[in-house]
Amino acid sequence: MDAFISSYVWPAIIMIGQSLLLLVGLLILIAFLLLADRKIWAAVQLRRGPNVVGPFGLFQSFADLLKFVFKEPIIPSGANKAIFLIAPLVSVTLALATWAVVPVADSWVIANINVGILYVFAISSLEVYGVIMSGWASNSKYPFLGALRSAAQMVSYEVSIGFVIVTVLLAVGSLNLTDIVNSQRDGIGTMLGLPASFLDWHWLALFPMFVIFFISALAETNRPPFDLPEAESELVAGYMVEYSSAPYMMLMLGEYAAIVLMCALTTILFLGGWLPPVDFWLINWVPGIVWFLLKACFVFFMFAMVKAFVPRYRYDQLMRLGWKVFLPISLAMVVIVAFVLKLTGWSA
Amino acid sequence: MGLQALFFYLFAFVAVASAFMVIAARNPVYSVLFLILTFFNSAGLFLLTGAEFLAMILLVVYVGAVAVLFLFVVMMLDVDFAALRSGVIEHAPVGVLVGVVLAIELIVVVGGATLSPEVASNSAMPIPPLTERTNTAALGDVLYTNYVYFFQIAGLILLVAMIGAIVLTLRHRPNIKRQDIPTQVARTPETAVEVVTVKPGQGI
Repeated sequence: MDAFISSYVWPAIIMIGQSLLLLVGLLILIAFLLLADRKIWAAVQLRRGPNVVGPFGLFQSFADLLKFVFKEPIIPSGANKAIFLIAPLVSVTLALATWAVVPVADSWVIANINVGILYVFAISSLEVYGVIMSGWASNSKYPFLGALRSAAQMVSYEVSIGFVIVTVLLAVGSLNLTDIVNSQRDGIGTMLGLPASFLDWHWLALFPMFVIFFISALAETNRPPFDLPEAESELVAGYMVEYSSAPYMMLMLGEYAAIVLMCALTTILFLGGWLPPVDFWLINWVPGIVWFLLKACFVFFMFAMVKAFVPRYRYDQLMRLGWKVFLPISLAMVVIVAFVLKLTGWSA
Repeated sequence: MGLQALFFYLFAFVAVASAFMVIAARNPVYSVLFLILTFFNSAGLFLLTGAEFLAMILLVVYVGAVAVLFLFVVMMLDVDFAALRSGVIEHAPVGVLVGVVLAIELIVVVGGATLSPEVASNSAMPIPPLTERTNTAALGDVLYTNYVYFFQIAGLILLVAMIGAIVLTLRHRPNIKRQDIPTQVARTPETAVEVVTVKPGQGI
């Protein structure tokens, strides 16, 4: 019995506690990032943005949460009820499940698995099901068109994201996310004889891949300028048209959780995760989670700025960019990086 | 061990039940969704055996790409499954034959491994223990180092098949307005915009 408690019960309690901590932190972060998104968008357009609830509108997201929860959920009579309600659950569960392997600081990770990056890639490639199922189950034209667009778009950009990840893996020699971050302790900067700094991170060594990953992440999460699945000028709100109340909130939450995940992934793959930007005693003393959050928020700021000032793509331009521009470049980069690593002997 | 057995029975039961539902469901979209659930649980079974790479690749390739296209097609096509189902009795013997062949092969493989466990160690590429080599690296050794030419030839054959499929389906219909990207990109404000000063009350 004692063995049972020590080998099953305690680890389970600890894991549940860690998961809850991460979940609560993540949800609060998403609430404020949602507000930041709207504020940044407003500032670019010389508006004030939400400024009524709380000081500077800080509690706007929580007011929205209450509003969504207390509204009546409306299920269209022609909808497929079961799938209509499962779809938001699928989208939010998958978006949150990916966070289990994301290291937010040194050894601050719930599941430090060998194939961490593959797990993230696999689960985020499933997120398209939330969109397709909700679009189909609504039994309505705009949602269905939105779902079809989204399915084609997400599958297309997964290909280039996959190749970008492969180049990073070639440079690191491991699929473990913690190893990926630790391998960025030395790089171009230390090779030139400088102390460890932000020049060592992959963004500089793999700069074209960094750009491609950022743009593909925008497309993968249906963010503007690639938000064709929910283009309000043509499809009203795409696959979300028929949703209201709590199911709508879950679709939005899933979307934002996926966006924040992409920010975290960019941080881990290219911006050195929790590593401090320069090797200085005061900066080294700041805990890693602070650096991780700052970098992720910086990437999110770029996401928000892109939303504010880039016009929406046309659908054929989107497909052309994915298949005819990003795919050849990233495929060529995989070959080039592999050759460079082999010939110079830099590979791990 | 108990927990692992529990998860094994959970994944196995859901996999078998949803595999049954794939053929039993009346709505083809439900069938595909149950197929996805089957894949998902098979990935869980792979994880339990320690084949983490295969589990993730199963999710990425089959669930993330192939099943999406299935679902795409099934949702777009208006397939009358009642009509397709009408010939079930006539085709049943063929189905049973395929099932029997598959069952015999499975019995031979599993039975062989149970009766003489040393067979596995005689194979050309024995599986290295997990503590020495992660199975991602072990698979990479086999595919990209030991048998790289066979792997490349398989890839070439697939490439030929893909180009063949594109050639067969590619049609250039003459009367369709197409987007010409280079001319669109080459446009500048000088060639695209004309600034006209309009005097009040006169128009252009």
